[in-house]
Amino acid sequence: MRNAFADEIRKIAVQDARVVMLSADIGNRLFDKFKTECPGRFFNTGVAEANTISMAAGMAATGLRPVCYTITPFITARCYEQIKVDVCYHEQPVVIVGTGSGLSYASLGATHHSLDDLALMRVLPGMRVLAPADAMELRSCLQVAMKANHPTYLRIGKKGEPVIFPEPPPFSFGVWNRVKEGAGLTAILACGNTLPIGLEASKLLAAETTAPEVYSCASVKPLDAKTLSRLFATFKKVVTIEEHSLAGGFGSAVAEWKADEACDSKTRLIRLGCDDRYLHDAGEQDHARIAYGLTAAKIVDGLCAN
Amino acid sequence: MSHRAGTAHLAGALSCADLLAVLYGGGVIQIDPKKPQDSKRDRLIFSKGHAISALYAALAMTGFFPEKDLENYNEEKGHLPEQPSPGCAPGVEWATGSLGHGLGVGLGIALAAKIHRQDYRTFVLMSDGECQEGSVWEAAMFAPRHQLGNLVAMVDFNKWQATGRSTEIMQMEPMADKWRSFGWEAREVNGHSVEEVHQALATPWAKDRPLAVVAHTVKGKGVSFIEDDNNWHYRSPTAEELQKAEKELFGKMENGE
Repeated sequence: MRNAFADEIRKIAVQDARVVMLSADIGNRLFDKFKTECPGRFFNTGVAEANTISMAAGMAATGLRPVCYTITPFITARCYEQIKVDVCYHEQPVVIVGTGSGLSYASLGATHHSLDDLALMRVLPGMRVLAPADAMELRSCLQVAMKANHPTYLRIGKKGEPVIFPEPPPFSFGVWNRVKEGAGLTAILACGNTLPIGLEASKLLAAETTAPEVYSCASVKPLDAKTLSRLFATFKKVVTIEEHSLAGGFGSAVAEWKADEACDSKTRLIRLGCDDRYLHDAGEQDHARIAYGLTAAKIVDGLCAN
Repeated sequence: MSHRAGTAHLAGALSCADLLAVLYGGGVIQIDPKKPQDSKRDRLIFSKGHAISALYAALAMTGFFPEKDLENYNEEKGHLPEQPSPGCAPGVEWATGSLGHGLGVGLGIALAAKIHRQDYRTFVLMSDGECQEGSVWEAAMFAPRHQLGNLVAMVDFNKWQATGRSTEIMQMEPMADKWRSFGWEAREVNGHSVEEVHQALATPWAKDRPLAVVAHTVKGKGVSFIEDDNNWHYRSPTAEELQKAEKELFGKMENGE
């Protein structure tokens, strides 16, 4: 995903002279083309994330369109107060991009896991939160984020993620992409890079009455209220899945929506995500996903159980 | 203002009042009060937001808004909150109050001036306690590397913070040398000598280096019973104390101090 990000932001910046890239000591050679094609608009801001964010807010206040980029925990939790005060409180159109999100850097330990970023970002007034499923959806999200005039957080992976969409799909804030039709009784709401897990589960259930609709829910804030209204009016079960803590993330946002907007709904909401613990094991992303129960089998269990 | 509104931080406002007098009254900051959003204006990021009453007064006295508005300081739904909110009043560039943000923001504005090829300058006024925030030194390390000669950091070095002597709580000294070692040009002045402050800001410095002005100040300056007494970090004056303070200050003004 990060290669697609570097390519797409370069394309946008070539067209829009207001775009400046602030990379906090990450992306060795990744932005070489950006630097060549947009001279004077790339800044390596060093291992100094708080300053990166404050500086971006100051730049945005003069009419520039800064994009701040580094590994997710460091561009979200590390500099949280700068994001709150300088970006969101001042309503500056800064786009914050966290790379290697969720469990992408599983093997580097919990210092590099980001299982709290959706929660932290979505609680900030005015902040838009996007978690694209793959490189193609990322391109669409970035285009929309850069055209909008809001603080936006974009949660992306690192490299080699499966590509689901054949081309950049349509995207707008508060609208999810339905990637698979179903039997009309169950749905899987996959947030960000968990879409392949959702699709795998749907394959396993393709012949069943529980064959689920599958959505790529890139717009975490705002949610797709129209889709949620439909699902919670007539569906039996809805599963959310995310590489994020069960506390405060995408599934929580859906649960909040249900409590506020569909409290009488008979639809059962099942949330899959990371439970309340740090992962201490060595191992790659697939191992970490199994350890947290983020698997197609768990979705199938949820949809088939009574 | 502090008496009427019952607000704290009067002493920290008084310690930087002379710096603001030079910046605004001394014509250092190039800004038209009638065009406070002009893209070519000099900017001041007033980073010690707790002392914003001093800036409100300076802005009112130089025509950004009527002096009468100061009577509404901290009033409900008023436009001069106890600590500034974004865009609360003409001339207030940034909502501060959480320390350690202003230099980074000012740095972004200064860097943007280079990108836009504009000549405006950015001033950031900080407290000494604020310089204990790590983010200040992140910004301090970045600015010289990018030759930001259009950025001026001013430290209101009154040697106190909320709960004690700043110089005893952290190793604040040598303050000016800290900035020099980070690649800044640093000037030390008596922050209550308008001549010294003006000279420090008006004398040209290397175009490829940011400037730090370390202003040695007295917390509560101007009122004998507030000066250097840290109880006044949080206190606001009673009616009697206000009268006494006004008498002292007006007496000094009549004597031309």
